Amino acid sequence: MQWKVKISIKLKSGVLDAQGKATHKALLAIGFQKVQEVRIGKLIELKLEGDSRTEVEKQIQEMCQKLLANPVIEDFVYEIGEL
Amino acid sequence: MKFGVVQFPGSNCDYDCYYALKYVLRVPTAFIWHKEKDISGYDCIVLPGGFSYGDYLRVGAIARYSPVMKAVVDFASKGGLLIGICNGFQILTEAGLLPGALIRNHCLRFICKPQNIRVENIETPFTNRCQKGQVLKVPIAHGEGCYYADQKTLEELEENNQVLFRYCDIEGEITKAANPNGSLHNIAGICNKKRNIFGLMPHPERSMEECLGSTDGRLIFESIINYLQTDSLILKD
Amino acid sequence: MTECKEKKIWQKWSLTLDEYRLINQSLGREANELEMGIFAVMWSEHCSYKNTKILLKRLPSKAPWVVQGPGENAGIIDIGEKFLVVMKMESHNHPSAVEPFQGAATGVGGILRDIFTMGARPIALLDSLRFGDFNQDLTRYLYIGVIGGISFYGNCIGVPTIGGETIFSESYQGNILVNVMCVGLVKKGEIIRAVAKGKDNSIILIGAKTGRDGIGGAAFASEQLTKQSEQDRPAVQIGDPLAGKLLVEACLELKQFEEVIALQDCGAAGLASSLSEMAARGKSGVEVELSRVPQREANMTPAEIILSESQERMIVVVKKGKEERVLSTLKKWDLDSAIIGRVTDDGEFTIKHNEQIVACLPVNLLVKAPTIKRKVKKPSWLSRVNVLDLEEIKVFEDYNQILIDMLASPNLSSKEEVYQQYDYQVQTNTIIPPGDDAAVLRIRGSKKALALTTEGNGRYCFLDPWQGARIAVAEAARNLSCKGALPKAVTDCLNFGAPENSDSYWQLVQTIKGLSEACRFFETPIISGNVSLYNENEGKPIYPTPIIGMVGVVEDFQNICTLEFKKENDLIFLLGESLEELGGSEYLKVIHNLISGNPPSLDLQKEKKIQSFCREMIEKGIIASAHDCSLGGLAIALAESCISSNLGAEVKIKSNIRSDCCLFGESQSRIIVSVDASFSGEFLETAWQRGVPIQQIGKVKGDRLKINQWIDLSVNQLKEAWRGR
Repeated sequence: MQWKVKISIKLKSGVLDAQGKATHKALLAIGFQKVQEVRIGKLIELKLEGDSRTEVEKQIQEMCQKLLANPVIEDFVYEIGEL
Repeated sequence: MKFGVVQFPGSNCDYDCYYALKYVLRVPTAFIWHKEKDISGYDCIVLPGGFSYGDYLRVGAIARYSPVMKAVVDFASKGGLLIGICNGFQILTEAGLLPGALIRNHCLRFICKPQNIRVENIETPFTNRCQKGQVLKVPIAHGEGCYYADQKTLEELEENNQVLFRYCDIEGEITKAANPNGSLHNIAGICNKKRNIFGLMPHPERSMEECLGSTDGRLIFESIINYLQTDSLILKD
Repeated sequence: MTECKEKKIWQKWSLTLDEYRLINQSLGREANELEMGIFAVMWSEHCSYKNTKILLKRLPSKAPWVVQGPGENAGIIDIGEKFLVVMKMESHNHPSAVEPFQGAATGVGGILRDIFTMGARPIALLDSLRFGDFNQDLTRYLYIGVIGGISFYGNCIGVPTIGGETIFSESYQGNILVNVMCVGLVKKGEIIRAVAKGKDNSIILIGAKTGRDGIGGAAFASEQLTKQSEQDRPAVQIGDPLAGKLLVEACLELKQFEEVIALQDCGAAGLASSLSEMAARGKSGVEVELSRVPQREANMTPAEIILSESQERMIVVVKKGKEERVLSTLKKWDLDSAIIGRVTDDGEFTIKHNEQIVACLPVNLLVKAPTIKRKVKKPSWLSRVNVLDLEEIKVFEDYNQILIDMLASPNLSSKEEVYQQYDYQVQTNTIIPPGDDAAVLRIRGSKKALALTTEGNGRYCFLDPWQGARIAVAEAARNLSCKGALPKAVTDCLNFGAPENSDSYWQLVQTIKGLSEACRFFETPIISGNVSLYNENEGKPIYPTPIIGMVGVVEDFQNICTLEFKKENDLIFLLGESLEELGGSEYLKVIHNLISGNPPSLDLQKEKKIQSFCREMIEKGIIASAHDCSLGGLAIALAESCISSNLGAEVKIKSNIRSDCCLFGESQSRIIVSVDASFSGEFLETAWQRGVPIQQIGKVKGDRLKINQWIDLSVNQLKEAWRGR
């Protein structure tokens, strides 16, 4: 089966997100006064083969821990969809 | 004694390190291609600066999985000396050989400038020719040099004297203004517990000759040479 | 034919009726859609220089040390000891205006390819940037983007960015300028040229896959491209510095193989232009099979493949049957490659797609667009802007606040924020970093060093393009002389409005006249360059802006000089004379909001004399510091020498000209130097012997800058204003 996975990665809450902070300031400056926080991360989309959702999930977990995210500074979440 | 400088796709300080060692300090040095699996015969491995694999995904993240890294990890686990400069430091943290991580500079910009750093611990293979508290002028050039680690890791680093260099002002004071990138505890360079793996953001290979504005970078390489020649220091278990 | 005529089909290709007729006549048949599309691109101003070719021929390009003049990917000079210097400057104005980050990044990538195509290792980048009004939000956005893009590409690829300028002016508001210069170094005998020769030799395309990036000629494209592809087509090219770095290293390895005949960059107008140019230089032909081109996207049409401007691609011509070593080297560098065609001897550019011939055009016709001569008419408004009555300009008693305001103004303030974002030290040869009059690189394995600078004052050129161009050359040479280097050659980038506009065309003609005169005089031939026309801002042309990139040679890298004062009690001298000139100055603009008058006068003989005296004294070790006195005048130059050294100066100027002209006038041919007091006798005597106008104006002292009764400020105050803190 073919699967489509969306992984979002962002800095852990304890790590200062300098980019997010700067963007937050910029949003306030152009009039979006209600913005309380901005965190910037990245979105990775991938397609892969897999027999079951569990198997795909296991693979994604491993990919994230090994390469796609750095557990020292980043958290990740993912969505798995059938193609 | 032989130094090996690893070349990853996108390394760009490889030749500068090679030149500094081979032609300035005149020690035997060779390049090691990233696809190499055998790195026997070397006494010190240098992971040079640059943008390995374009720094795509995360700085150093892809390089740590390049074929040569397995041999590098083996080499270091047997006590071999390993130094990572700038991108090399980032690869070392990504590979888990050094604790913590290097993230985006607080100012969000790449910064290239001369920088003062203070020597914190001289009882290591990388700093034994320095004096404690000595201020070195060694340039920095990075966009992701902000050292980060959680509180516990930081405490451990401090307790074990693993912080070898901190950003400081010209007087050696550790101040916020002297910190170019927001690094926690003004950390510019750290080693592992065993003291055979060392990573730093500043570029010692760029301060080897008078005409380049400083020769302080020599002290780091000369410490390594001194250590390898005399074996006078014993690594920690 | 009649049917086409009715539809005015030539307009679709942005060709004139005459051009359209000439093409069909020369072919002896009607060109098909694809062929006409190729002509449209090849005969565009960008590829053909049809508007400027005749004018550019007037520029001096020869000297005994010139190895390669205009016509190749880059120019080359011989600097002795078997070293050759390769250089070129190019504009990336329009792409940078649309997408500043990628536009600037791909500008860097493109100019780098021009250098290593010649077999040279790139050793330096310089960027001459022009932005609109500093206070506009859009300017800030473009500024951050462009500098970020240069930093992204240049830093990654490991070539130090060591100089350039960043200038703000309303004139560039809707049309910024991004001119990038690259310099390379190669040993004699190791140059490789982009010439396709030897029947049946293989043409190999290497590097990135071909996609639908930046396909030229919008009108043409809309006909030839499917609706779907239109949507997918990125508006600008995207740079991949990692691929660029791998290409540099791979090509520098390939050039050493005897089976490699030629290397060619694949830049503007993609394969169409790179292949036909190579064939034209080799007086040969080429045959290419488009289906063999590695493609990034599905269902690309022949037009899309042949005209794609995908970045990080190169062409290699290899001896037939000897492709193996080349292909395995490319594999080692993880670069894609494919044999896409062969060299022929029939003078034709034959394009096949799935074995069908889809276009067949004579190479000579493609690369020789008919030149256009335009009317030259001096703009009528010029006499109005040239009027400046100094009587109406207020003279002040106290200039402290004015100096502070000047130092803090966008064009005079510190550019640290810019150049610190560039890795200017990688390759460890930078012995004078950015921030000085010129940067200096030592050459390993030699005592020699290279000094590099860029110059070009658009405001001067607006007021008088001939004089502005002469000044640009004189200033560039002065920058180099102040570091102890002998100026050797020039690469230029001419940024102008539409040639159809007679004002712009006149400016271009005058500029070329001025450049020719000055470059001949200084013996600095123009060995390469680029013309960028159609630079307009809401229908108004930008300031005519010729940018001069100049290289100079220092024989012994230990005999160089920097701008900062060295120690207390050194004597300060002014070489040259301050005249009562204020026209076109930064002072008039910043303090009086005036852009008028005539640019400063320039006596080339005097200029040369002063520069050669300065170099001689630097070489003898007599001059401790030297600083070009230009934008912002004497007061700014003195302030900069103080700020960079943290030393003060006590200056007394004996002069009968107005105080504002004395402090901030931009008279040419002036250099501020400091000299150890014990050398001053010899120094003065030699100056007199050489007929150099000289005046002792003060000494290095304390921590304040004092100039007559006009200025008394601490170096810290100066620094704070200059750094904007």
